[in-house]
Amino acid sequence: MKLNRAIPLLFVFGALISFSAKAELSIQITQGIDNPIPIAIVPFSWEGSGVLDEAIGDIVTADLQQVGEFRALSPSNMLAMPREEREVYYRDWSVLAQDYLLVGKVQRAPGSELIQVQYEFFDINREIKLAGEVLTGTAAQLRDIGHEISNVVFELVTGTRGAFTTQILYVVSEFVSSEESYFRLEKADYDGRRAQVLLESREPIMSPSWSPNGQDIAYVSFETDLPRIYTQNIATGQRRQITNYPNINSSPVWSPDGTKLAMVLSKDGSPDIYVQDLISNELIRITDHPAIDTEPAWSKDGRSLVFMSDRTGQPQIYQMEIGASTYDVERLTYDCFHCAKGQFLPDGVNLVHVRRETRQSPDYQISIMNVETLRVITLTSTKFDESPSVAPNGSMIMYATKFNGRGVLDAVSIDGRVKFRLPSSRGDVREPAWSPYLN
Amino acid sequence: MVHTKQFMRSAVVALALMSLAACKSSSDAESDANASSAMGSMSSESTSSAAQASGAGTSGRLSAEQIQAENALRQTVFYFDFDIAEFRATDRETLMYHARDLAANPSKRLRLEGHADERGTREYNLALGERRANSILNYLIVNGASRSQIEVVSYGEERPAMTGQSENAYNRNRRVEVVAR
Repeated sequence: MKLNRAIPLLFVFGALISFSAKAELSIQITQGIDNPIPIAIVPFSWEGSGVLDEAIGDIVTADLQQVGEFRALSPSNMLAMPREEREVYYRDWSVLAQDYLLVGKVQRAPGSELIQVQYEFFDINREIKLAGEVLTGTAAQLRDIGHEISNVVFELVTGTRGAFTTQILYVVSEFVSSEESYFRLEKADYDGRRAQVLLESREPIMSPSWSPNGQDIAYVSFETDLPRIYTQNIATGQRRQITNYPNINSSPVWSPDGTKLAMVLSKDGSPDIYVQDLISNELIRITDHPAIDTEPAWSKDGRSLVFMSDRTGQPQIYQMEIGASTYDVERLTYDCFHCAKGQFLPDGVNLVHVRRETRQSPDYQISIMNVETLRVITLTSTKFDESPSVAPNGSMIMYATKFNGRGVLDAVSIDGRVKFRLPSSRGDVREPAWSPYLN
Repeated sequence: MVHTKQFMRSAVVALALMSLAACKSSSDAESDANASSAMGSMSSESTSSAAQASGAGTSGRLSAEQIQAENALRQTVFYFDFDIAEFRATDRETLMYHARDLAANPSKRLRLEGHADERGTREYNLALGERRANSILNYLIVNGASRSQIEVVSYGEERPAMTGQSENAYNRNRRVEVVAR
């Protein structure tokens, strides 16, 4: 109890000194695919003095394995440990039935504190080098360099851009009593590492979301005792209170062009969807209904919003063009007791959402519905799944669920075949928001 | 225990008054006698210790009413059924006392804090908490409170009274709390 109380005082002074207390997340793979691609990742050699904090080979191995499509060969089974192309013999790897090989070495850059990472990537079956370059950075950037190499490998093999250098936002709460809880907004690498506290409060924090360029975030904070929308620049920490309307101010979501925030306001009676221009502050009302309208999500072209409404009695998902009559609403879901938190995948056809099938089946799960064929695929099998957030390459969905009674973040591949979990060492973790591409 | 006795007693008085009114046209001596003994403090032999504790004489009925009001005002948490935004019918009388108290004390300020259990999405629960608080807000205003006396805020599922995924926790978390300001 005493420890919990002391934490917020430390956090007040910023992220640097709060390092030891933040929620450290680390990946656990909970479900993989049947025939992963065999890849050999040779431990990168360190050709400098001292010990490096991070092993590049381990970072790439973890990245590629947790998205499920790859299986890395254990170094103890390797017949050789090449560091560069001239030491590579393809038959050493073809006899081990490997399809791909990654080798590299790490050196101190001449005359500087910077570190150079050279990597080379080979196709064993075709016996060709697919890629190779030298990446230079500080010791603190070794994880970034590792993730960047994972991006290259992933894209060369799968044809899909890698999302290993992306980040996530999430909210952590620590419950002491109904009168005393602590809330933190944190940012971490997509794999939960290098967490940083962006905001700490004794009052709830909700609904974090990224600006499209990844430089700013928006969220709801109850720090004034009332839910209000704020934006915050990640680099400078500078904050701006965006709304101060009566009643609920919630669900801020950036438009694809970054100039507006969709949001939910109940200033006119019941919660409705609004769009506020971030430059002129002009506010446009989108929905006008006495029921609850909430959870706005932009279409990719920024011309329409998907939202949830309980206007038929239970939550269902609807879509509306910006500027259309408030009567001109298209209902997207019909076949569920409760369908909520809808958002389209980049293809604009597949709708990710939270689904409760029937009143009798009380489980909330992450599903995808094709709005043209109406085919529904439920990706998760746990009971309390919510807040789905899609990786920028559309390959995975991160969501919040419960494990052993605590809030944790899980991720599932878009086809449901691969799952991994980011357990937290502290508090209840929820509301993940996957960043756009950051480089 | 004293409060329970007082509550019982005032109910008897109310019933007696109703029966008195019903019998008014008949000048039946028996019903008059029943009525006066039911008035309690009016007749010395039926005066209970509870009535003495609350003050004797003609103010007895008022005093019971006051104590009932005080008890009602002491109830500051109102629970809701699953997926229901209307307060329970059993809370109507208690909320009536809250409304009268606000009407009688224009300088009093309240905050209605609406909450939901954790099932369903967070944003929807935020809206449900507000809907619940508004159901009480509207009742208080209809019964004499002024809108300017009451602030409404919803915490959705963010501030549970009890953690966990039990039915008991859910029941305790679907609530509106009345907080004096």
